[in-house]
Amino acid sequence: MNQASVRATTGRLQQPYRRLLRRRGSALRADDLDASHGTILYLEDITVSFDGFKALNALTLYVDAGELRCIIGPNGAGKTTMMDVITGKTRPDHGSAWFGQTIDLLALDEPEIAQSGIGRKFQRPTVFENHSVFENLELAMAGDRSPWKLLAAKLSGEQRDSIEQTLQLVGLKDRSGARAGSLSHGQKQWLEIGMLLMQRPRLLLVDEPVAGMTPQETERTAELLLSLAGERSVIVVEHDMDFVRSIARTVTVLHEGSVLAEGTIDQVQNDPRVVEVYLGE
Amino acid sequence: MIRIMRLGQVRHAAPAAASGGDFGGRVFYAVLLAAALLVPLLNLAVPESSALHLSTYTVTLLGKYMSYALLAIAVDLVWGYCGILTLGHTAFFALGGYAMGMYMMRQIGSRGVYGDPLLPDFMVFLNWKALPWYWHGFDSFAFALPMILLAPGLLALAFGWFAFRSRVTGVYLSIITQALTYALMLAFFRNEMGFGGNNGLTDFKDLLGFDLHRDSTRVGLFLVSAGALGLGYAACRHIAASRFGRVVQAIRDAESRTRFIGYRVENYKLWLFVFSAVLAGIAGALYVPQVGIINPGEFAPINSIEVVIWVAVGGRNTLYGAVLGAVLVNFAKTWLTAALPEVWLYALGALFVVVTVFLPQGIVGFLRQRLGAGS
Amino acid sequence: MLLVLLALCLLWMSTARADDAAPLPVDFPGLVAALPQADFAAKQAIVTRMTELHVPQARVLLAAWLDNRLESRRSDGKVFVVEEHDGTLVLVDPFDGKGAGEGAADDFERVRSNNALRKLLKVSIAQFDLKDPDPRVRAAAVRQMRRDLDEDTVTALRAALTQEKDGRAQHEIRVALAVSDLGAGDAAVRLAAVRALDGETAADVYNALKPLAQDSGTESDASMRAAAIGAVRHIEVWRNFYEALETLFFGLSLGSVLVLAAIGLAITFGVMGVINMAHGELMMLGAYTAYVMQQLMPHHVGAALLLSVPAAFLVSGLAGVAIERTVVRYLYGRPLETLLATFGLSLIMQQLVRSVFSPLNRSVATPEWMSGLWQVNDLFSLTWNRVYILVFSLVVFLLLVLILNRTPLGLKVRAVAQNRGMARAMGVRTERVDALTFGLGSGIAGVAGVALSQLTNVGPNLGQSYIVDSFMVVVFGGVGNLWGTLISGMGLGVVNKLLEPYAGAVIAKILVLVFLIMFIQRRPRGLFPQKGRAAEGT
Repeated sequence: MNQASVRATTGRLQQPYRRLLRRRGSALRADDLDASHGTILYLEDITVSFDGFKALNALTLYVDAGELRCIIGPNGAGKTTMMDVITGKTRPDHGSAWFGQTIDLLALDEPEIAQSGIGRKFQRPTVFENHSVFENLELAMAGDRSPWKLLAAKLSGEQRDSIEQTLQLVGLKDRSGARAGSLSHGQKQWLEIGMLLMQRPRLLLVDEPVAGMTPQETERTAELLLSLAGERSVIVVEHDMDFVRSIARTVTVLHEGSVLAEGTIDQVQNDPRVVEVYLGE
Repeated sequence: MIRIMRLGQVRHAAPAAASGGDFGGRVFYAVLLAAALLVPLLNLAVPESSALHLSTYTVTLLGKYMSYALLAIAVDLVWGYCGILTLGHTAFFALGGYAMGMYMMRQIGSRGVYGDPLLPDFMVFLNWKALPWYWHGFDSFAFALPMILLAPGLLALAFGWFAFRSRVTGVYLSIITQALTYALMLAFFRNEMGFGGNNGLTDFKDLLGFDLHRDSTRVGLFLVSAGALGLGYAACRHIAASRFGRVVQAIRDAESRTRFIGYRVENYKLWLFVFSAVLAGIAGALYVPQVGIINPGEFAPINSIEVVIWVAVGGRNTLYGAVLGAVLVNFAKTWLTAALPEVWLYALGALFVVVTVFLPQGIVGFLRQRLGAGS
Repeated sequence: MLLVLLALCLLWMSTARADDAAPLPVDFPGLVAALPQADFAAKQAIVTRMTELHVPQARVLLAAWLDNRLESRRSDGKVFVVEEHDGTLVLVDPFDGKGAGEGAADDFERVRSNNALRKLLKVSIAQFDLKDPDPRVRAAAVRQMRRDLDEDTVTALRAALTQEKDGRAQHEIRVALAVSDLGAGDAAVRLAAVRALDGETAADVYNALKPLAQDSGTESDASMRAAAIGAVRHIEVWRNFYEALETLFFGLSLGSVLVLAAIGLAITFGVMGVINMAHGELMMLGAYTAYVMQQLMPHHVGAALLLSVPAAFLVSGLAGVAIERTVVRYLYGRPLETLLATFGLSLIMQQLVRSVFSPLNRSVATPEWMSGLWQVNDLFSLTWNRVYILVFSLVVFLLLVLILNRTPLGLKVRAVAQNRGMARAMGVRTERVDALTFGLGSGIAGVAGVALSQLTNVGPNLGQSYIVDSFMVVVFGGVGNLWGTLISGMGLGVVNKLLEPYAGAVIAKILVLVFLIMFIQRRPRGLFPQKGRAAEGT
């Protein structure tokens, strides 16, 4: 699929997204995120080791606000570990991680990071299998997360609309009441993307979004990711080079826990070090 | 083999059944209401000579089942809905029971064997001179009632606060809940604890001025237990059907995913655990005046595991299944321990195995599957 | 007729003797014959006379008497040293030490003794032993005499000292004399005695010195008291040291039981991830196997016990395989369900044992070589059965480590534990490995049961009391880490025993449980967690 056709479809999709995403969130929206310097994520000198093995080795990486960044690298390069550090699942031994100017990610735990505006889509689709598709989106919806509030929480008309819109967007409108566990693999991927959207994050981490998808589904995913960037920042980890080529503006290559190369897809592909890592040995 | 494996797959209740269309719940309310009307009638109004007469023994037995059923829904709430397999819930049950027992102990006053106006018999027997500080206040029901809720609630709060914050889950959590109730059992067996040691608290005379040996009091206790069960069920149903309940079930199915969409999992678990412990405490407080004794044996880990099997037999994650399981298993126990005492443990043991291997969704799940297949 | 006459005659003679306090017979046979009719005073005289005579047979007789194994035949008043077996007495002639047939217990009357007599018997035996050719026997005899010193014994000891060549025995005699000198009138003698005793550790020496060291004690001389205080302090230092050592040993002994109970679980839970609540009952099966083996071989207590180790391994191991094949295999990956199902099995097994063996406790006999004390020195002794069980637990542990690390089965077990799918792809028959691993863990539970049968009574509830503890040990040590299990079991045992003197047994146990609950919350992966990405989970 070529660049031009992606652009065309993107244009068509963009309108509803924008409307959906621009709506003012509730109090829980990360209002203290300050990306005024144009950079939304600062990872500096991050080291993570497991039993002597350095999964991340003094990794330094910056992501700009509104950017769509692709991260590639061979197995064991530290891609998933990096995601784990950003979302609070793994604490680095060393280094710093800031979300905008003001939010120190290393001082927060997973729910706090999620509430500050970072959403994550896992490699394997993880949706709540015993909940309906609708309920999955409802759970992900940005809003108050305190137990007491949720005991009496009722869906407002506005919230219901926003869920309906997302259902429409991810193409699951007619499966709204179905058990999420009964969806196909691709549908689960889409449901998860829908959940990510309901969270209204400022930074999306997307781990191998098109694994196991049909070509058509892959195409739609590419459109969706492209449409999301700009309004928010997106980091995509992907193995499928065709897919990366179809969406990437800037590509970062990780190798043995640190950045090996960074640039446009062509620059990166012509970098002899990258060639050696992928083809050498 | 393949068939068994498929049956073994854990599939929780369909979302439709959790939120609306609660057929089982309506049956539960109807049966409970019928029992609340019929039992007093058959006991008090029908003459003893009649075949329809319900003996006071049976009334008390049913009242005991009601308190067990309340305990069972408390366990179902944390296990069936949140995946916390607690093997120590009878600790909360027993604490509620002890709080009630202490109140009734103080009500005995000078009518005890030793006639001491202040000290319960066992303290006189142990040659104690003064009432321990933690026994003060229990002469008043207005003090004892909040204690019934607070004692289990605070223990659950303290325990859960540590356990859930440090993310102890699964089997580890089960084992430490078991250790908790085991440690409490050992402690309550000690005479020095001041809870009657081995013998526990017993020889109660009356409750709120009602003579515990009168039929009308027994019927009253049954009604209060049935009422508590109905209210407890309604409260749990409300929790389960709220968005809170959906979060809790999400935690059960994919805990870390729930965290990554911004829910503070430990707070939800803690809230639910404490609520469930308080329910269990209430159940214990209703149980003690009906059986007339509370002793450290109630803390035994095996009791807690037995409660879990009631829930499993009935069908977890449904609440009414827990009630059904509690009543059925306890009825079988009452009947078997009288008729064929040596068979009871075989039957109970086999029940554990059969239910977990062949009927992971319990009787309710089985019926649902049958009805689902039929329609 | 003649016999009756003779008996009457004897009767008359004996009563007459008792009444008139007639002179004692002078020879050993006469003394023995006089025993049955003698009153306690006369018996004392007889014992003293026998000691003076110093006939070797007399020692055997006195020792048997002290053991309540001296009986006189009702029919003819003849005295025998006996050995009782189920109501029949095996008779030994006191004069030639040869067997004299058997007799029914009812036909015999015990030659009785009282406290004073027993004390005298001990001293008498000691005096025999003072002349024993073995210097160790002589030393032991001196220690025995030291407990009850009087003028006669002191004289005997002084005499013995001149004859004694063996250094150790000489030393014992000097100590005994010094203890006696503590009561001397001459202050210089007393002081010398205290100095001589400084450095001794025996309990009786301590008891003799203690009053001298007290302010209000019997000693008025200040320098004497200072010396006594010094000597007492030395003893106390050693006492504290050995008490600590003893606590450590008790801790390790408890720990060894915990380790035995837990290492089987470390396999089923740690390696396979299966929660086996019937583990305690598999131990119980092992203990009952020991009981049955002893019933089968009633005359070979020790051999039966040794044989029951492999037998219990087989019985419990096969039971484990059966459990795995019929229940557990349907529940892999669902630990909570496994927990409930195996708990059900534990109830069935308990009830089964109640039906077969009765609900009452059975006791398994302890073989000779495992009973009694190992007296290391004055202040320190260990019970043999605990020593053996400690060693046994270490041996079992090391064997298990060897099996897991050095055998093909161990390799497969570890492979399946780490990556089931990959192991299967490599051609490992995972189902077989599962069954064998479960059987191995269960078999070790059975072996642990045999060891337990030497410490407690064997009953249907034997296993229940260990299940919480052994899970705690495994979790505390770090799941999947055998060495962690060893250290945590031993550590918890020692901590428990350290707490006991201050808190009492129950509170100590509660404290340990509470500590474990807190610990698991702090470090859910235990003391020695498995590290790395695989352990972090995804």
